[in-house]
Amino acid sequence: MSDNLLNLQGVQTHIGQYHILHGVDLAIPRGQLTMLLGRNGAGKTTTLRTIMGLWQASQGSITFDGRDITKLPTPEIAQAGIAYVPENMAIFADLTVRENLILAARNGDLDPARLKWIFGLFPALEKFWSLAAGVLSGGQKQMLAIARAIVEPRDLLLIDEPTKGLAPAIIMNMVQAFKELKSTGATILLVEQNFLAAKLLGDHVAVMDDGRVVHRGAMAELAGDAALQQKLLGLSMDAHQ
Amino acid sequence: MLNSILSGDYPRSRPLAILLGLVLIGLAFAPFLFPGSQPLNVAAKICVFVILVASYDLLLGYTGIVSFAHTMFYGIGGYGVAIAMYNFSATWPALGIGIVIALILAILLALLIGLFSLRVRAIFFAMITLAVASAFAILASQLNEITGGEDGRSYRIPEMLRPAFRLFDDPVLGVNINGRILTYYLIFFSALFLFLLALRVVNSPFGRVLQAIRENDFRAEALGYRVVVYRSIANCLSAGMATLAGVLMALWLRYTGPDTTLSFAIMIDILLMVVIGGMGTLYGAVLGAAIFILAQNYLQVLMGQFSGMLESAGIPLLPNLFHADRWLLWLGILFVLSVYFFPVGIVGKLRQLRK
Repeated sequence: MSDNLLNLQGVQTHIGQYHILHGVDLAIPRGQLTMLLGRNGAGKTTTLRTIMGLWQASQGSITFDGRDITKLPTPEIAQAGIAYVPENMAIFADLTVRENLILAARNGDLDPARLKWIFGLFPALEKFWSLAAGVLSGGQKQMLAIARAIVEPRDLLLIDEPTKGLAPAIIMNMVQAFKELKSTGATILLVEQNFLAAKLLGDHVAVMDDGRVVHRGAMAELAGDAALQQKLLGLSMDAHQ
Repeated sequence: MLNSILSGDYPRSRPLAILLGLVLIGLAFAPFLFPGSQPLNVAAKICVFVILVASYDLLLGYTGIVSFAHTMFYGIGGYGVAIAMYNFSATWPALGIGIVIALILAILLALLIGLFSLRVRAIFFAMITLAVASAFAILASQLNEITGGEDGRSYRIPEMLRPAFRLFDDPVLGVNINGRILTYYLIFFSALFLFLLALRVVNSPFGRVLQAIRENDFRAEALGYRVVVYRSIANCLSAGMATLAGVLMALWLRYTGPDTTLSFAIMIDILLMVVIGGMGTLYGAVLGAAIFILAQNYLQVLMGQFSGMLESAGIPLLPNLFHADRWLLWLGILFVLSVYFFPVGIVGKLRQLRK
């Protein structure tokens, strides 16, 4: 068994006439949290969507747990064990909190012990259990989107900017929840713009620019090197927390 | 018990529950409460359209699919009965064969249309359904030997459902229980059963996935649901229900023609009923169909009476404005106002008031 759960090799993606990913090489180690950083428009979201099959890779290969998933349709990729949390609080607003979670339970039943654990991470979800998800606050919607991804154990979680647009207090709650999730041995690929959250959570980091991965290494190494941050991201993490 | 019958989907508003109760009682006892052929005709039409509108809402309101082929499936049901009854003897087995063949044809057509067009953009599906429905309407008009062409087909139905049949020698509550009333109750109970079945479908895990797809099909796919499969199943279910509505209407009218089943005007009526009642709520189909059909049948009469009253009171201009001949104008104004004041439909508005 390879140490890497997910491997992207030379992945290229076109959206219409636009060439977005120019050959992404990325390896996601098992049981670790990998941060995917980069400027706006670098191709982070496209990378996640390409892994999920929402946009088809025009070249290159994506292997998940040794299986080539490059050309698989999205539902099969999800059924293979990859959960995806898109950006912008991607919940089903007309359905209740409960219904949102049941949708993600593959056999239609929620495991009470797992649910209790989720309520421990996100207490608001228990409080608003029977309420339409559309009336939740931004932070609660984001919690629900993440809860939906972890309502059953998944091999890999792809999470796109979970802290975007959230108040600092809520962001720290979210960081705490991810720490707990990490402690269960989950494999996570997290796109993040909040550098404090990235520094606190990441084991590994990959930095993207212009549709390519331009840096890979330990998160701690990047967090401690202001010059590297300036070179890769055009700013210093400490100045943008 | 009630929870099981309604599949846990209560009206969730007292005024709405009262209105639905009134419609249910009115339809259940229509032959006794409103004697005469026209009121019974209106009640039967409401029952049929509740099913037709509910089946359309399953597509539009619950799955987010715009189809213009709904009257085609309604027509297939009508022609299934017409062709069977016209060409074979007017017996129950012949009727059964007509219904089964119509259902199979409708579901196969729905599946084919769905598989070819539901995997792409919704607008493409709408265009395809419009083209197929138009082609089907032309085909029904051209296949004179089979369908009766533009004139349609009049036919006999099983003896028990004919007006001359008497179930009892004596009247019940002052009403002779004849074949017409038996046909009405066949329609009423079939409509009730199909409506409760639709309620069960939308409140099942399958219905939940349909609603998720309506909100965001990419998110539903990312959760592992094959959107095209779910949409195709919803399309087939909806087509099957519309076909059965066509069967019921054919039994009631004992006539099937392009104007009563396949016309685009019926498609527009269905759309209006869905919008008036409220999209994405099956109870909206009940209120939308009841209000629309009542207005269609009685607005002209009411306006005539109102105009006469104004005229006898010596008020100028207004009698002309409310003349019975202007009923379509007022019907149109009523629809514009209802969409303006009830953008989420009557059911949506009543539920909002509760909050």
